[in-house]
Amino acid sequence: MEIGVYSFGDVQRDPATGKLGSTAQATRNLLEAIQLADQVGLDYFGIGEHHTYEMPASAATVVLGAAASMTKNIKLGSAVTVLSTDDPVRVYQQFATLDALSNGRAEITAGRGSSTESFPLFGHSLNDYDELFAEKLDLLLEVNEKESITWSGKFRPALNDALIVPRPDAGSLPIWLATGGNPHSSVRAALLGLPVAYAIIGGQAARFAPLADLYRRAAEQAAIPGAPVKISIASPGFIGDDAAKAKDLWWTHWHAAMSSLGAIRGFAAPQRPHFDQDANGGGALFVGSAIEIAERVVNLHRSVGHMRQFFQMDLGQLPQKDFLRSIELLGTQVKPLVDAELGIAKPQ
Amino acid sequence: MRNDDVKTIGILGAGRVGTALARRAVAAGFDVRIATSKPAADIAFLLEIMTPGAKADQAETAISAADIIILALPLSKYRALRPELFAGKIVIDAMNYWAPTDGILPEFEATSSSSEVIQAYLPDARLVRSFNHMGYHEIDEEARSPGDPDRRALALAGNDPQARRVVADFVDRLGFDPVDAGTLAASRNFAGGTPIFGAKLGRSEMQSLLEGKARALSTAGSDA
Ligand SMILES: NC(=O)c1ccc[n+]([C@@H]2O[C@H](COP(=O)([O-])OP(=O)(O)OC[C@H]3O[C@@H](n4cnc5c(N)ncnc54)[C@H](OP(=O)(O)O)[C@@H]3O)[C@@H](O)[C@H]2O)c1
Repeated sequence: MEIGVYSFGDVQRDPATGKLGSTAQATRNLLEAIQLADQVGLDYFGIGEHHTYEMPASAATVVLGAAASMTKNIKLGSAVTVLSTDDPVRVYQQFATLDALSNGRAEITAGRGSSTESFPLFGHSLNDYDELFAEKLDLLLEVNEKESITWSGKFRPALNDALIVPRPDAGSLPIWLATGGNPHSSVRAALLGLPVAYAIIGGQAARFAPLADLYRRAAEQAAIPGAPVKISIASPGFIGDDAAKAKDLWWTHWHAAMSSLGAIRGFAAPQRPHFDQDANGGGALFVGSAIEIAERVVNLHRSVGHMRQFFQMDLGQLPQKDFLRSIELLGTQVKPLVDAELGIAKPQ
Repeated sequence: MRNDDVKTIGILGAGRVGTALARRAVAAGFDVRIATSKPAADIAFLLEIMTPGAKADQAETAISAADIIILALPLSKYRALRPELFAGKIVIDAMNYWAPTDGILPEFEATSSSSEVIQAYLPDARLVRSFNHMGYHEIDEEARSPGDPDRRALALAGNDPQARRVVADFVDRLGFDPVDAGTLAASRNFAGGTPIFGAKLGRSEMQSLLEGKARALSTAGSDA
């Protein structure tokens, strides 16, 4: 199975002074994290799209482009690209450029995103939430198929035999559809012939097993020749040298992140028992020692059958040194343990 | 209607909340029908896998057959509902207003609760708000038998006291402790932005939060 990391490029807080770092420093820290992830043998690094001081990674492909020249094997992608408020042609050009620079390691994960800062920022209306995404995904997939396209829709000017370059060496880019548990989206991914990326950020992770089953059976029915029927899972996670210390440390950062999200979205801040419920056993927060996390990933694999799992570690201003140590443990300890249990991931 | 007359549950919406409630209702022994805006045949396959035992239906027939109807569609779509179909029916409103995905809807930006807007739109429905303050996966994962010390509370509010009793019994049979918050106006006390929204609470904690809130009702802010 492939193992990886994703990040929203969060700013860090200096544990000694309590001071919040700059957004520029956070961007450089992100690049450092990707380099390390490659060095320790991880398979995937994804960057999300946010536009806030706490989460300043607004231009993923620029960071990934820099990472492309400093890394050898790791696949580089988005987690997720908020496609609804971007131009699919531009998104494609950027990722195709990344693909060229990284010798075929670029991937796009398209989603609606759970945050909506990009709507006012780029002049889109939330009233078009569903329609925007459907149209933009349609265009993105078409650009991936054909070098020259003729297309028209509601939200961007029509294209008449337009050449979209550069083109990926492999002919097309892997494009994943991201979803957070709406069954219609799993069916949609299958009908479009796309691999599906599940974001499982709370509760019991194995509840996605029926969705995975729905996705696979819908894909079987759709029977699109050559369509990659694959599932990846993005989940919060953090690995420390000691399980209890890792949980205590990460609880404070997760709590900080959830409290500020809750203040925006109107939900009550979670309590420690809630965290402990999700951070152990079958819960969706993969926080603990390397042995424990490897075991939990393998268990989840047995019910969902995903081929990749990647973790968001640097939530809530986690210090960079803890982020880096967690990446190191993920690559040097968790991944070999998972491989030993499930067999080495075949190149996909 | 007496509580034990409730046999058929009609759910509008086959998304996260609709399918979770359907699974619990099937498990509790109810006859469950689910409808979306699409033809029944379009969701039959999805339901077969996600909610075994529940039947795909059209909205109109699901509503007429149902003893309790649950609104589990995006709030932004409420005007697609046909008010005449809901006359005299007990209806659970599980919807929340969340502008980032619903878009800005001026009628929900006011200080009344979103359920009061829905009740005004469905004037002859016996509307009860509930299930809205719990994450969809918790409906599946946190249902417990009566008396279990970890059993969670679910608030409900509505203007028809008998409908509230019927819904309270339904909530109980699905695996949660019902807490009656009073009339629909009180449903703002467990909407987004309140300490109840998203919190894991037992019955007595819920009761004391609601009592505290009820006294402060006049100062309540906007509903989310
Ligand atoms: N997600 C949560 O954890 C949660 C928790 C509590 C309450 N809520 C509230 O519950 C509601 C549903 O949320 P969700 O997360 O389940 O949404 P969702 O996953 O997007 O599902 C919405 C469902 O409603 C259907 N629908 C749309 N228009 C309809 C219509 N006119 N008649 C009948 N069905 C229709 C959709 O199918 P078609 O589009 O194919 O018709 C889909 O099956 C929202 O108001 C939300 O605020 C959500």
